[in-house]
Amino acid sequence: MSQDTEGNPQPSASAWKRLMLAARPRATKANALAALLAVLLGFAVATQVRQNQSLGLESLRQSDLVNILDNTTLESSRLDQNARDLQATRDQLVSGSTSGAAAVRAAQERLDALGILAGTARAHGPGIRMTIADPGGKVTAPVLLDAIQELRDAGAEAIEVNNIRIVASSHFGLGASGIEIDGSSVSPPYTLAAIGDPATMSSAMEIPGGLSENVRGLGATISIAQAPDLTVGALHPLSGPRYARPVSPSAPATP
Amino acid sequence: MIPALGLLVGLAAGLFLHPAVPLALQPYLPIAVIAALDAVFGGFRAVLDGIFNDKVFVVSFLSNVVVAAFIVFLGDQLGVGSQLSTGVVVVLGIRIFSNVASIRRHVFRA
Repeated sequence: MSQDTEGNPQPSASAWKRLMLAARPRATKANALAALLAVLLGFAVATQVRQNQSLGLESLRQSDLVNILDNTTLESSRLDQNARDLQATRDQLVSGSTSGAAAVRAAQERLDALGILAGTARAHGPGIRMTIADPGGKVTAPVLLDAIQELRDAGAEAIEVNNIRIVASSHFGLGASGIEIDGSSVSPPYTLAAIGDPATMSSAMEIPGGLSENVRGLGATISIAQAPDLTVGALHPLSGPRYARPVSPSAPATP
Repeated sequence: MIPALGLLVGLAAGLFLHPAVPLALQPYLPIAVIAALDAVFGGFRAVLDGIFNDKVFVVSFLSNVVVAAFIVFLGDQLGVGSQLSTGVVVVLGIRIFSNVASIRRHVFRA
């Protein structure tokens, strides 16, 4: 190639000349054959390009098909794995949300129980309504406290006296104008509402030597009525503990 | 000039007639086309070298096509059809490149 050009001072012009010479139409048999071959080539190129554009699986070799099948199978199993993972994640999330709902429900139940216990929630249910009429003013705070204690012993869960909720910290005292509960005075007749098992509580009140006998002995009258559904509507104002702090469950118990 | 016209005619016919390649020929047609292209570029180079011969061109064209197709056919029979096709395409590609390089030197002196 380069050797050819070295000996020729005008290789480019000569090359073009040769091309023109060769392109000159000649009516030889070989030229006609070459033209025929060129037609075939053009036809084949166009056909192959067209064929390739509309290529389907049917034109592929067996090994190619096996390759494609392998790839597809691999892809499919990979997607299957993916689907399984996502399914597991979804299951986890679903069960997580249900256990979350269960936790919320449990917390709500605790809140209700503690609210009734602490007197911060109104309560309703079966119970007894007890009225102590004391025209003589003989009923003292200890007698009322006895009544509360008896009711608690009989399973009362929520108690109010003259619209004052009785809770664990309730205290009874003697004020200037009579009996005081939690610092507010109550005056006869004393109306007690207690939620619990009505039969148990009323029989506890009527027990010989119990509250009823005691109150009647003081010259007061007592009436007890069982109610299938009564409401303890009084609330106890909640004040946070000033000194006591909860011990974290993980902390070691102090001796 | 006449073969160039023939190429155009063939392209037009292939584009407008929408021929379907027979299933048995499908693996061999692309290889045959590459081989034919190699022969065509070889012919150009021969023209520029001043050693072009019509008969040689026709024979080399036909033998290129037949041999390329035969090699692929043989490969298919032996179970290495796709690898042999690749090999044939690589070899023919190298030949086409070297032919084109030679043509380029003649025509552009570069």
